[in-house]
This record gives sequence, C-alpha cells and structure tokens, in this order.
Amino acid sequence: MPEAKSRARSRYLIRPRPRDASRRKGKEGLGGGERHCPYLSSRLTPAIPVIGGVLFCFVIGTLLRTSFSDPGVLPRATPDEAADLERQIDVANGSTSTGYRPPPRTREVVINGQTVKLKYCFTCKIFRPPRASHCSLCDNCVERFDHHCPWVGNCVGRRNYRFFYMFILSLSFLTIFIFAFVITRVILRSETVGFLSALKDSPARYPLKSTAGGLVNTELLRNSSYLPSFSFLAESGPAASENRLVVVCFFSVWSIVGLSGFHTYLIGSNQTTNEDIKGSWSSKRGKDNYNPYSHGNIFTNCCAALCGPLPPSLIDRRGYILPDTPLPAPPTNGITMYGATQSQSHMAAATPLLQNSAEQPLVAEEPPLPGRASLGGGGGGGGGGGPCPASLLLGQPTPPTSTPSLSCDGEIIPPHPPHPPEPPHLHPHAPHQHQHPHPHPHPHSHHHFLTPEEAPSPPGMLPCSSPLAHSHTVPFYHPASQDSLHEDSVRGLVKLSSV
Amino acid sequence: MAETHSLQDLRQQAAIASKVFVQRDYTSGTICKFQTKFPSELETRIDKQQFEETIQTLNNLYAEAEKLGGKSYLEGCLACLTAYTIFLCMETHYEKVLKKIAKYIQEQNEKVYAPLGLLLTDPIERGLRVVEISIYEDRSIGSR
Repeated sequence: MPEAKSRARSRYLIRPRPRDASRRKGKEGLGGGERHCPYLSSRLTPAIPVIGGVLFCFVIGTLLRTSFSDPGVLPRATPDEAADLERQIDVANGSTSTGYRPPPRTREVVINGQTVKLKYCFTCKIFRPPRASHCSLCDNCVERFDHHCPWVGNCVGRRNYRFFYMFILSLSFLTIFIFAFVITRVILRSETVGFLSALKDSPARYPLKSTAGGLVNTELLRNSSYLPSFSFLAESGPAASENRLVVVCFFSVWSIVGLSGFHTYLIGSNQTTNEDIKGSWSSKRGKDNYNPYSHGNIFTNCCAALCGPLPPSLIDRRGYILPDTPLPAPPTNGITMYGATQSQSHMAAATPLLQNSAEQPLVAEEPPLPGRASLGGGGGGGGGGGPCPASLLLGQPTPPTSTPSLSCDGEIIPPHPPHPPEPPHLHPHAPHQHQHPHPHPHPHSHHHFLTPEEAPSPPGMLPCSSPLAHSHTVPFYHPASQDSLHEDSVRGLVKLSSV
Repeated sequence: MAETHSLQDLRQQAAIASKVFVQRDYTSGTICKFQTKFPSELETRIDKQQFEETIQTLNNLYAEAEKLGGKSYLEGCLACLTAYTIFLCMETHYEKVLKKIAKYIQEQNEKVYAPLGLLLTDPIERGLRVVEISIYEDRSIGSR
C-alpha cells in the first residue's frame, strides 16, 4: 500500500529515536563496511548491498580473468627458424665477424606511411612484430605489450587488455560506490549528532552544537585547528573504521579513476602504455608523426580494442615439457622449454605466471604513468605506486636487463661436475654441434659484465678463468652455433654485447 | 597437426633437406599476413604462381579471422554479457577460421606440395611467425 509505505518512510526521515542508536552500537565489531550495510539498507534501500555485491563479484571476476589469461605471449623460435634468421642477418650485415660487435639487428617496415623499426629479440630469437615487447618479468615477448601489472601479477597485452580495462573500470565504479555510501552514512549519522561528533567516538568530548543535516558545518570551517590534526584517524571505536574507510576510499577513487581515465584515452587513440610513455606517436617528435595503427575515429578504436576478435593463445600451456638430451649446462630460470619445441609439435613457451613469481623479486616494475592524474604508479590503490626503480626497463626492447634476471642467472650457475670432462661430454649430446673456433664450447651462461669487454677480442683468445662463480665467459653470440645446448644458456644474455 | 598416411609415409621415408621460412609481412600493420615473395630455394621445385596463390589464400583467410565488423563486435559484446561463459559452448570466430586454414593447408599439402616433395607447416604451430616449408630430399628417379 503506497500510503503506508510513504508514512513509514517519512517516519525515518524524522530524527530516529535513541533506541536506534543503541541498537546500532551492538554491531560495532563487524567493522566499517559491514556495519554500514544494515544501517543503509534499512535506512535507504536494500538494493545497496546487492549492487555492491554484484560490483564486487564482477571486479574479482575480471581480475582473475586478467591474471590468468595469456596476454599474447609469442613462443620462441625453433632452432631452424633461428638459424635461418641468423643467416639472413649475416647476409644483410655483410658478416663483419672479425670479433667486433655485430651491428644492432633491426628491420625497418613502413606501416601506413610511418617507418617502424622491428627489433630482434635475443631471448626469443625472433624479430618482434610491431607493438610487441619483451617483458623481463615474464621473460617472454608479448604481442601489443601494454605493461606488466604487478597488482594483477601478469602482463597486459593483446589478449587480456579488455579484461584489464573492465577490471579497472568496474573497480572505479566500486570505489566510487563505496565512497559515496560511506559519505552518506556519515551524513546520516550527523543528522542525529553533529558532523564532528559523527566522526568522533564520544559526542560529549567536543561540545559543538550540531546543525541539522550537518555536513556544511560552520564550526568546522572556523575551527582551523581541527583540519590539520587528522587525529580523528587515530580514534578507536566504531567511528574509527569509518574514518579510515573514508580516507582509503578517497585516495583509491582518485588513483583508480585516474588510471581508468588514462586507459580510456589510450583505447580511444589506439595506443599502448608503452608507446605513450615513450612518446612514439606524439606530435612532439615530429610534425609528421602520427599513430599508424589508429583506425581513425575513437569509436572504431574503442570497439576494436574491447569488442574485437579475441585471438587464441599461441602457446600450449598445458603441454608436457619434454627435456632435451641431458645437458651439462645448468638449467636457466627454469622457464624455457624451447628445446622441446623441436620434439613436440606444439609451441611450448614458458608459462609466465607460476615460475617467475617464485624466482623474480616482485619489484614494482610498472612504468610510471606520466602525470595523468594517477597517484599510484600502477594499477592499484593509493600507497602502492611510489618507488618504481626499474620501471623504465620494462617494455624496453633489449638492452638493460633488469636486476632480478641478473641475480638469478648468477645464482643458477651451480657448482656442478668439473669442467675438463665437458668437451667430450658435449659431443654425444649435440649431434649437430658445429666445430667452434674457440677452445671451449662451453654452454654456460656468463656474466653480463664481462661480455661487453670480451667482445672486441677475437673469439679464440678468451680465457677460461673462473674467478666468478664458475661462470665461463662465452664470446659474443656466435651466429653459427645453433645447437640446442647453446640455446638455453645464451638466452637473453648476449643482448648487451650485441646491441 | 593433421596428416594423412601419405604424408607421414613421405616423412618417414624421406629426409628433410632444408627448410624455407616465409616471414610475416607487417606493412599493413599488426594483422597476420605473410610475404608473398617467392623464396629462391623453391625455384626448382614449384611454380611461382602456385606458391603465391597459396600464400595469398592464407593471407585472405587470416584477414577474415581478424576482420573487424558487425559480426565480430556482436560476438564480442555477447561474450562480455555472458561473462565469456559462452565460449564453453561455442568457438570464437577466429578459431573457426583457424580450423578452415588447417583444412586448407592439409588439402594443399596433399594435392600440390607432397607430390613435389614439399610440406607446408601450419603457421599456428610456429606461433604465427612463419610459414615453414620443408623441402624433402628428391628421391624420385629424375635428372637429379
């Protein structure tokens, strides 16, 4: 009956009886958010927690989808492919293999009138497609590389960008939703007691006169000593969690909404975070610089990014990894199954998620978003984005390998059986092995620091010293050595010497 | 990898002399497209026209898979609305086209390439990076 309903509702608009206040107190222990729900649902509408719950489920769903889906990893090249590419590069470069560093391996392509450089990835042994980049945390080349999100624990690339976007968008709605209703709760409480008292535990402490609907409280404005103190945060009791929730929500709203806005802009202009940070297509670089991948209008760009066809994964994440012929070389980061691609017909590139999280320290590798109204540097809340030490290393194609991989490689070289028997061991294991011009065809990984220095010297003269933790220095990447023994060991480590 | 008996026999009997890799062509952007340039190693083996036709058909098929149009948008929106559970029941358009491509390659291998001692490998097995053409030793009684 509508009349009864409106009467009931109007009853609540009048100041509630003291009985209500004491009843509310009984639910203190639940914490801020939960306490609000019964209050708000009975006070306003029960749809509030329902909507909140739905939003929350959606956020978690998209987060899980982003985290656990393949971002568009490019599998590593098979040895035959890599050999073929090497040959082509040698022919192109005129084979200046006199011991000097070979020139950087790039290819130029003209896309829609813009010249784009394709870089060669030494880890994956491929020329990266445009917009792809090698993620050092995941240790894979990722198509349409956006960034590596530490909050999500995965790269954001071609295949999971839409899920990532939906995640941050829904998270913005959720934080705004929570923030709005926390403020509502404060307002509603302040209708009974004063605004300041609503923020405090015991109203008697601050005998300020309460004004009806007291959000705009002149006392607050006059009382300048209150504002800077923030002592209300340190309160204990039922109001305290509310206060902290307000603050957390406030900062979350700003950072998440800022991030969503930034990504909306990126989607509209069909750019990746990587490109935007490097300013690849900004007009500052040149008058004729424009984005060749943009479809022209914002609507098409949005549709293409969010509703376009979803390519299937190029890697086989459930396949068994068959080990190669037993190697004397130490296992690398445990990731590369690349030798196995020869033996099985599926692509078996690394599963980036599980292995790396154990090995690599989780540095905040998120590239800092350049002043685009996002407080945190990443995909998350307020306090998380501060220091991003190696942030610019990500999304950068080859040269500076981030420290984690350095340390890992250093650790991985184990004290394994002595080196002299190595050469005879190698031959049965490597039927395709070439005759190396240098005396130690040692498959070991080597320290980065030495290779640039060794590079100028002719290959045959490298000392076989091992003052550095059993690592033997291998000369710069020998183009002809394509046997599987070398694949694993020199994976990614010759970047510094060659580029 | 779908192979018929004849192809497998070919594999077991013959040894691979070499492999030719047809790289991706990025001049149109990031869409999947292969270079139609005729590799020199195949000059003695196959007709240039035939080769180009094969590659062009593959390119067209991949373009169809990645095409942005009403149909793909509809599929994307529908998938989003159903929280992507719809893909438990049906395949994406891309996957359907990939199946078509696999069939086409198998058919081409049987009809055209195997008699010439060549074998096309489906690019999806090489991460859509290259079209790998394996050249088998020529054991036929011929001038070679």
